This record gives sequence, C-alpha cells and structure tokens, in this order.
Amino acid sequence: MEKVNIVIVGGGPAGLAAAAAAYDAGERSILILERDNMLGGILNQCIHNGFGLHTFKEELTGPEYARRFEEQVEERGIACKLNTMVMDISPEKVVTAMNRTDGMFEIEAKAIVLAMGCRERSRGALNIPGYRPAGIYSAGTAQRLVNIEGYMPGREVVILGSGDIGLIMARRMTLEGAKVKVVAELMPYSGGLKRNIVQCLDDFGIPLKLSHTVVDIEGKDRVTGVTIAEVDSHNKPIPGTEEHYSCDTLLLSCGLLPENELSRQAGVQLSPVTNGPVVNESLETSIPGVFAAGNVLHVHDLVDYVSEEAASAGRNAAAYVRGELAEDRSGEIPLEFAGGPRYTVPAAIDPEKMNDTLTVRFRVGAVMKNRFVDLYLDDERVLHRRRQVMAPGEMEELVLKRTMFEKHGPVQKITIRVEEA
Amino acid sequence: MEERNLICINCPMGCPLTVTLNDAGEVVSVTGNTCPRGEAYGRKEVTNPTRIVTSSLPVSGAKGQIAMVSVKTASDIPKGAIFDVVRDMKGLVVEAPVHIGDVVKADIAGTGVDLVATRDVE
Ligand SMILES: Cc1cc2nc3c(=O)[nH]c(=O)nc-3n(C[C@H](O)[C@H](O)[C@H](O)COP(=O)(O)OP(=O)(O)OC[C@H]3O[C@@H](n4cnc5c(N)ncnc54)[C@H](O)[C@@H]3O)c2cc1C
Ligand code: SF4
Repeated sequence: MEKVNIVIVGGGPAGLAAAAAAYDAGERSILILERDNMLGGILNQCIHNGFGLHTFKEELTGPEYARRFEEQVEERGIACKLNTMVMDISPEKVVTAMNRTDGMFEIEAKAIVLAMGCRERSRGALNIPGYRPAGIYSAGTAQRLVNIEGYMPGREVVILGSGDIGLIMARRMTLEGAKVKVVAELMPYSGGLKRNIVQCLDDFGIPLKLSHTVVDIEGKDRVTGVTIAEVDSHNKPIPGTEEHYSCDTLLLSCGLLPENELSRQAGVQLSPVTNGPVVNESLETSIPGVFAAGNVLHVHDLVDYVSEEAASAGRNAAAYVRGELAEDRSGEIPLEFAGGPRYTVPAAIDPEKMNDTLTVRFRVGAVMKNRFVDLYLDDERVLHRRRQVMAPGEMEELVLKRTMFEKHGPVQKITIRVEEA
Repeated sequence: MEERNLICINCPMGCPLTVTLNDAGEVVSVTGNTCPRGEAYGRKEVTNPTRIVTSSLPVSGAKGQIAMVSVKTASDIPKGAIFDVVRDMKGLVVEAPVHIGDVVKADIAGTGVDLVATRDVE
C-alpha cells in the first residue's frame, strides 16, 4: 500500500492552503485528492469579486483567488490527483479513493486533512406544497449553469432564501437580462452578507421580503408562478398576506451543509449545530491525526478565513507527523459560551498545545446590537471586545493569546460570553 | 439638508452610516462608522458610486472542457454604467488560450476601463 504522510481530501481553497502550509512547515510527503477535473473548488463558479480583501488587500474574483493558491501548490511541487473521488477513510487513516487511471486504490496516511467543503441544502427538505415542475433550481446549480456552462435557466425569476449564493445569482441573472421579481426570506433577517444585499439587490431595485415564504408553486411541466406569504413568529403563513408572482424559474438558496459523509464513516465526532467535526485548538477531530478546515468544518462566508483556518490545520498536521503534537487529549478544556453564540470552532482548548495566538470563530443565533464579546478564564475577564452589530449571516472571531493563559495560570473553565454593552 | 442611510460594506461589521448632504449636494458629515474606511465609503457612495462588473463569456478553440471564461472590469466603473458594460459585452467570444489579466475588450462601453479575463483557459 502506498504511504503518504499527509493526505488532503479536497482541492478547494481549504485543501490548497493546508497543503502549502504543511509544506512550509517542512513536510514533503503530501498528496491532494480532488474529485473534480480542476483545483479551486466552489471558487471556480464564484466569478463575482469580493474575495481576498483580507489576505491580498484587493478584491479578487473567485477563480483569481483560487489561482493564487493553486500557484502556491504548483511552485512547491505538491502532488495532486484530480478526477479522484475519496470513497472511504478508516479510523486507522487508510484512505480509499478511485479514479479512471488507477481504479480503486488505498493510501496509508499518517495524518489527514478533511477539506471537502459543503453542499446545498436540498429542495426536498424544504417542504413546499404543489407539483415539482421544471424550472426549480438550487442557487448553486444555477450559478454553475450560468457561469461555467453558459446556460440561462430562465427569464422571470423568484428566489427563495437570502443566502449569499441566492443574492449573487439575483444580480447575475439580472445582468444576463432576466427579471428577478423578489427574494423571499423565511427568517426576519437575511442570511447573506450586507455587501451582497446592497450590491446585488438594492443596486437593481430587487425587493427583499423578510419573514416570507413560498406557499404555492404553479405549473405542471414548467413553473408558471409562485405565491409567497408572510409568516408569523412560528413560521406559519399568515392568511390574507399571499402575493402571486408569475415566473418561469424558482431558485432556492436555503443554506449550505458541510459535506461529512466521509467523516461520519470514519467515526469522526460531528457537531449537531455545525454538522461539521468537533475539533480542538489544533483543528484536530476526535480521531487523532485527522484535521478539518474550511466549509467541511463549518460554513464560512469569507474565503480568507477558510485559507487562514486551513493553513493552521496544515501546520498542525505537519507537527503531528513529526510527533510534536501529543496524542494525549486529557488537557482539553471545553470552550463554553453564553449569551449568543450557537457554537464555537474550536470546541475545546488545551492551553499547553496552543500556538502563540488562536482564532476562535463562532456564529450568533439572532441579530444583536451593541454588545461586548468577552473571554473569561475561570472568573477573570481577559478579553473585552465591542461589537456594534452581530448577525447570524456573519461569522465572528476572537483572537486568544497564549500569554493570556500564561498570566492567568492553571485554568478550569474557558468561557466566551456575549454581554449587553 | 438631506440625510442618507447606508450600510458600510467594507467589512463584516456592516456599520450603519448616516451621510448628511447640504443643499448643494456636498457631504457635510458621515456618522455611524467605526473606522475611516466607513467615512470614505459613505462619501463616495453618495457622490460617485462605483462597482466592478463580472460576467462570463464563451470561449472558442479551448482544449479542455471549459467552454466559458470569467471576466471583470479591471477596475471600478460608475454604477450608472453597469448596463452599458453588460450591453457592450453581449456577443463577445473569447479566443483560447486566454490568461488571467488578458484584455478581452479594451475601454468597455467607453468607460476607459478594460474588460479582463479572470481565469486561464488553454
Ligand atoms: C456560492 C458561494 C459563494 C461564495 N461567495 C463568497 C464571496 O463572495 N466572498 C468570499 O470571500 N467567500 C465566498 N464564499 C465562501 C468561500 O468561497 C467558501 O467558503 C470556500 O470556497 C470554501 O472552501 P473549501 O475549500 O472549504 O470548500 P470548496 O471550495 O467547496 O472545496 C471542496 C473541494 O473538495 C472536493 N471534494 C469533496 N468531496 C470530495 C471527495 N469525496 N473526494 C475528493 N474531493 C472531494 C470538492 O470537489 C471541492 O473541490 C462563497 C461560497 C459559496 C458556496
Ligand atoms: S466603518 Fe469600518 S468597521 Fe464599520 S463596516 Fe465600514 S470598514 Fe467595517
């Protein structure tokens, strides 16, 4: 069986950044496995700009951002296998994959970085009554059709869900000559980034209806119209608020789910909140030597943070291979939270294993204004950061320093608390 | 005096800005921003809003499977010119090979800005 020190599953931005960082940490035996015929992952279809503001201080499009990381991987001569689907990962870190040239093959890895990204929530889960005529697409599918295949799915469009892909597609289809009539969002807030609401909807006068949902889809062979209605606080449609829109296309942009079939099979513990692996400060999953980063870990809205997170997973994987990351997990302290966060990544911290800084990322469950995000070590407040607004659509971060822990001494309890200012 | 409410889009903070204009249409004040970038954005957005336009165009003569190349305006264009750019792009077919940064159409829609490729197609 072929042996490789670090196998990286997925060649999107997370996989590429993890590979380059592992290489820069001194590791030379690295292999990226990617099921698609090109590297870059979802960025290949995200042709809009707005990527890399944090990393490169300029606004790149998705393909340009991906290219920069592909170049880093090429320059370092890191091995990649394209058109290669990973079928299975065993708890002993044997990776089973398949492609046309090699057929089915196994690789014994010392460390694995999970970087499989995410997929869209399927429409079956949406429970919209009526027929299932043609003309209903997920926003990501429409994005691939328009941007990569050059095919316009329709002319008159209604979008359900205000996730970023839906917003981006509202603009994209408008520019291609379609009439986007309305974006309906079930929640009282949008799940998308503010910049996308401004530049994709407001710029074109496309209305965003919050607390609205689709209650009926018309058309037998092809969509001919939809009815949307306002919902009450229990998400029940309010009678009398129905509005009808004629359209030939309905796009669904109802969120993304980390792609963790492989992780589950391997026995990696998953979080019911993020649907991604539960990880510690080293971004290591419940299986020692198996790391995770990017959208497979939790859904990101900014690719810069994906790259940053993945680089850290890559460095840690290299440290693990060198035997510098102890297998003993008994020093881990669960990261507790109160007052707003729905989860944190990482979920536990071993202060002994922490690097000089550790970025903790989380999302809140509702829109919150004028808050402090505080970090407590036991009862001592060591970080106090003001936030004007926090929203579920935007990931928050808090940078912890190793020196905070050293100053505090032995710690029993680590808590992130969101408090009113 | 006129007040305009905007949301700063320069970072995930999304600060709510209030831009006050005098009767001559000049910006008197920007409030609500947390950092200087917010003030700059507020001023520009009410006086001279600009955007980058992105799209994808068909490619002829490509070797691989990619039949489209993504493109963008090399820099910001006035917001009001978005649809002029879109109209000027209509019907363009790009010859492979094409590389990131290659000019696909110079001075698109008379904006003075070039339309450039954002992906490599061999
Ligand atoms: C539609 C959309 C729009 C976005 N817009 C923006 C934006 O405007 N600005 C911004 O900063 N960020 C944006 N993001 C976020 C950012 O692009 C993503 O967070 C980022 O691409 C995630 O990177 P990733 O490597 O984790 O996942 P992906 O890019 O999804 O890559 C995962 C890779 O793993 C491969 N893979 C999966 N399973 C297997 C398997 N079993 N075997 C082999 N390979 C496998 C996939 O083929 C894929 O190439 C957007 C995301 C989406 C989905
Ligand atoms: S004002 Fe500054 S902090 Fe606020 S959103 Fe704009 S860039 Fe971000």
